[in-house]
Amino acid sequence: MSRISKEQVKHVAHLARLAITEEEAEMFTNQLDAIITFAEQLNELDTENVQPTSHVLDMKNVMREDQPEPGLPREVALKNAPDQKDGQFRVPAILE
Amino acid sequence: MALFDHKISELKQMLHRKEISVSDLVDESYKRIQEVDGKVEAFLTLDEERAREKAKQLDNEIGKKDTYGLLFGMPIGIKDNIVTKDLRTTCASKILENFDPIYDATVMRKLEEAEAITIGKLNMDEFAMGSSTETSAFKKTKNPWNLEAVPGGSSGGSAAAVSAGEVPFALGSDTGGSIRQPAAFCGVVGLKPTYGRVSRFGLVAFASSLDQIGPITRTVEDNAYLLQVISGLDPMDSTSANVEVPDYISALTGDIKGLKIAVPKEYLGEGVSRESRESVLAALKVLEGLGAEWEEVSLPHSKYGIATYYLLASSEASANLARFDGVRYGYRSDNAETLIDMYKQTRAEGFGNEVKRRIMLGTFALSSGYYDAYYKKAQQVRTLIKKDFEDVFEKYDVIIGPTTPTPAFKIGEKIDDPLTMYANDILTINVNLAGVPAISVPCGFANGLPLGLQIIGKHFDESTVYRVAHAYEQATDFHKQKPEL
Repeated sequence: MSRISKEQVKHVAHLARLAITEEEAEMFTNQLDAIITFAEQLNELDTENVQPTSHVLDMKNVMREDQPEPGLPREVALKNAPDQKDGQFRVPAILE
Repeated sequence: MALFDHKISELKQMLHRKEISVSDLVDESYKRIQEVDGKVEAFLTLDEERAREKAKQLDNEIGKKDTYGLLFGMPIGIKDNIVTKDLRTTCASKILENFDPIYDATVMRKLEEAEAITIGKLNMDEFAMGSSTETSAFKKTKNPWNLEAVPGGSSGGSAAAVSAGEVPFALGSDTGGSIRQPAAFCGVVGLKPTYGRVSRFGLVAFASSLDQIGPITRTVEDNAYLLQVISGLDPMDSTSANVEVPDYISALTGDIKGLKIAVPKEYLGEGVSRESRESVLAALKVLEGLGAEWEEVSLPHSKYGIATYYLLASSEASANLARFDGVRYGYRSDNAETLIDMYKQTRAEGFGNEVKRRIMLGTFALSSGYYDAYYKKAQQVRTLIKKDFEDVFEKYDVIIGPTTPTPAFKIGEKIDDPLTMYANDILTINVNLAGVPAISVPCGFANGLPLGLQIIGKHFDESTVYRVAHAYEQATDFHKQKPEL
């Protein structure tokens, strides 16, 4: 049984904001299905009472003094902008 | 003998005796790049004008200062996922093809303070996702030992440039083996430091709980010099550790009498080539001759590393790479009318297939209904893998095995089959999941291609890793052999 369908791949691509063609959807479905099937070997392990590790070092909430510092100058922040207007990032229409 | 066959410590003495100038070192680098980079294709961007200017400035300071930076006048190459102010940084991706960073990574600031000179930026797998440097959007770097073989990856440009003598040393980054595996394939020395040892500020994030910057060099001593400079707590990276940085050079005593070595049976078993296994057994004999003892142990969860890694790293990547949306920097598609189409077209046109595959795998593993089955499960297995290492380190000083199951494979051989490519990382990946430090040093050849010995240490114990690597290096001469180009 396949672990992921072409429809699911299209949905995931939408969530990840990736446009994909029909052929790509086909290819990624096969590849992701193989990878997910492979990953299911983890089910051989009983992890019922195992804590998840998100981070290897034993550290929590690193705090520092909240001291104001100068921010980025506007022209520097806009230096790599693909499009800008009046000192702001410009994007295509948000509403149709 | 080429200039870059000398160690940093020797080059520094030659500079101070005025036998050579900093400009000579920089000239040597660009001359060699001119000669061989057409074949090796390690560099993406050169910073020649500024490097030559900086060399002149440093030459004028020789004999006039009380103290000199630890890397005074030393030319260095930088992996192209480390941001360099006003020097194009692409991550070998079309989406950042024309990106000029507005700040320097912390490691770049530290190199500047140590008075090193940046020669240029080095090729890599796109966003460090790959094991062969073939996923670069711009060029295919070749292995200097055999131009038909891959240099490894993702820091393939860094390892190839050092191996080919284009720069004496380079920085790479390692998320699942991306420093050690190319170092092994190219016959050079590469260290992945303990997670938290080196600031990640300015390292373009792939998998934040695994990524670490580290040095790629010709010798263990040079490697220790470089780590000395880039290590330490950084207020700009909350995951950089508040742990004292020892003097790594003084750890290179050559004395490993009584050292306890663990050799995991999983690292010499199924899937590991005869050449890799035999080179490690020969290395263990050398270490025994120096007074160390070794025993076979087990890291029972080793085989689950690849599945765990690809779920976790891809999940983290799917979140980290959300920032590339064509709004604030990077490539933007012209083929869209609305904002959401612009995001989708920009990312579809800007990312290569390996990056897309991992973003989708990560998005799937984190999505509602699948999170517990895949992401949380992998995090739990990560705990088991980490504990495997903790158990062994209760009794042993280091863990030793091969860096890779085989020597470098052919260009094109694995690129169409993701799972076969991923399997190549089986011996390096668990080190990142556990967060411990590990080095690869040259330990032999198979059909003219180098092999690497992997030495893994306890958290924050790079000193012992270096001591063992250095003692082994001094007793062998694999590191002295160079590719003919």
